[in-house]
Amino acid sequence: MTYLDTLKLSFSTVTSYRTRSLLIVLAMALGVAAVVVLTALGDGARRYVVGQFSSLGTNLVIVLPGRAETSGGFPGAALGQTPRDLTLEDARFVGHLPQVRRYAPLNVGVAELSSGGRLREVTVLGSNAELLPIRHMKLAQGSFLAHGSERSAQIVLGSQLAREFFPDGKVIGQRVRLGDSRFLVSGVLAPQGESMGFNSDEIVIIPIDYAQELFNTSSLFRILIEARSRNDIEPAKIAISHALKLRHDGEDDVTVITQDAVLATFDRILRALTLAVAGIAAISLAVAGILVMNVMLVAVAQRTSEIGLLKAIGAPSADIRKLFFAEALWLSLAGGAIGFALGHAGSLMLRLAYPVLPAWPPAWASVAGVATALITGIVASLLPAARAARLDPVLALSGK
Amino acid sequence: MIRLSEITRVFRMGDQEVRALNAVTLDIASGEYVSIMGPSGSGKSTLLNVVGLLDRPDSGRYELDGTNVTELSETERARVRREKIGFVFQSFHLVPRLTAAENIELPLILEGIAVDQRKSRVEAALDAFDLRDRARHRPAELSGGQRQRVAIARATILRPTALLADEPTGNLDHRIGAEVMALLETLNQAGTTLIVVTHDRELGARAQRHIAMRDGEIVADER
Repeated sequence: MTYLDTLKLSFSTVTSYRTRSLLIVLAMALGVAAVVVLTALGDGARRYVVGQFSSLGTNLVIVLPGRAETSGGFPGAALGQTPRDLTLEDARFVGHLPQVRRYAPLNVGVAELSSGGRLREVTVLGSNAELLPIRHMKLAQGSFLAHGSERSAQIVLGSQLAREFFPDGKVIGQRVRLGDSRFLVSGVLAPQGESMGFNSDEIVIIPIDYAQELFNTSSLFRILIEARSRNDIEPAKIAISHALKLRHDGEDDVTVITQDAVLATFDRILRALTLAVAGIAAISLAVAGILVMNVMLVAVAQRTSEIGLLKAIGAPSADIRKLFFAEALWLSLAGGAIGFALGHAGSLMLRLAYPVLPAWPPAWASVAGVATALITGIVASLLPAARAARLDPVLALSGK
Repeated sequence: MIRLSEITRVFRMGDQEVRALNAVTLDIASGEYVSIMGPSGSGKSTLLNVVGLLDRPDSGRYELDGTNVTELSETERARVRREKIGFVFQSFHLVPRLTAAENIELPLILEGIAVDQRKSRVEAALDAFDLRDRARHRPAELSGGQRQRVAIARATILRPTALLADEPTGNLDHRIGAEVMALLETLNQAGTTLIVVTHDRELGARAQRHIAMRDGEIVADER
């Protein structure tokens, strides 16, 4: 018997036992779809987190005052005290290290913003002109803080604040009051939405000097530093720690973290999670495989006299085995293909329902899902096919 | 040419041994028309299964057209069965989900014959057995006589040298049974060896040679 005829004959068998075939195909398809959708979900979560981190800036090195935030265990940590302040001079100093492309000192506080009779509390960021490129922020109108503008009273508004305070859209050049000082609006941020639990649409940005004056402090909350390249991140981290230790009388009282390290950790964790989820989904495929085996065994029992007949008209055992094998192949092929389509449709629906989640099924998962379906289907058919091929034709013909 | 010598086939039923065939020696020439009769359990069906290579004797020697077929492998026996033997069963044994034409085509598929050749041979068989207007019907839609004609068409499509029929009219009424027998006899007159196993004396009497069996042995062999 030729391979083509084997495939044709087994295909007609599969289509004539419609309910049985549909059920197996459904079980297989659900297994494959589960693998595809769940990995899409896992990988989507990974990409979402990685994307969130990347939106904070690239090649980012962050300096925090105090050792407490990572190693803990110095008195006063619980009260939020730090052993030594991080100052604007520290920031300027590390900003001139060769590995550093640009730096932005950062202070954060809350103050009252008022203009034209409107009034509300806002989060205030004090920084310099470099904050915009480092944090990958975008402007909707006007300009950001000017370079070397630490002495000029400029303010940049988050998009929602601009809308609330100036509904007519004429924002640039307007005067606002923040705390006790007057500022000139120089720009408006493009809407960005929430990122890492921080809504940049409801903040204002002012020069760092004004911020320190406003909050009556000389210390910094953070220094954001962009290294020259990805390869410069580690050297920059070491150089910064070293420089600040020298400036702080040999005391190691700042924490330098790289976004890269945090990102890599999250990436690893979420990849492992995706694999675990895919593994769980694959178990359902194994169950589908057992179902295929069971149904094929029943088919052999049901078709005993037919197998006897095939032998009587001269089919060798190998042909009988191939026929049952091909039947399982069709079933798992159909299950794999439908599951693939179903999984991709499910991922599409996930993406439509949660646009922030890039739930694209990774290619390896689609391939692995379909391949597992095929392999389990084929392995599951080995035993029934062998049993059919071994049947004694005389007994099989008499239906025993 | 079928030549059986000292063929013995033993079945085990619990702790008892049943000699279905006990040292049977039998020669059947090509083109002969033989009936095998005997009570149930006399071994006539086992004899037919051994001749048709469906069953293997426990001892003895079987020569078919000059070759010793007792020692062939399973695959070779399947090939000999396909090319030299045609079976006709009491219960027809048609594949229920295939049409009449597809049932007739099955041996051609097993033999690996090309599609266009298969088509023309099936067409010819449908004409020869008067099944043209039933070609696309499934067995459930055919009468008993039509089903047996499909089975005979299938058994003869590869032009076997011997046609083995086990109670071929057992499930048919008298008139249709006679028609089926006439059909088998026509094939015999064209040169095919015909061996019919039956209970029916009248049917058995139509053959040129009558073999009677009892308890696994041939008790009479008349021409």
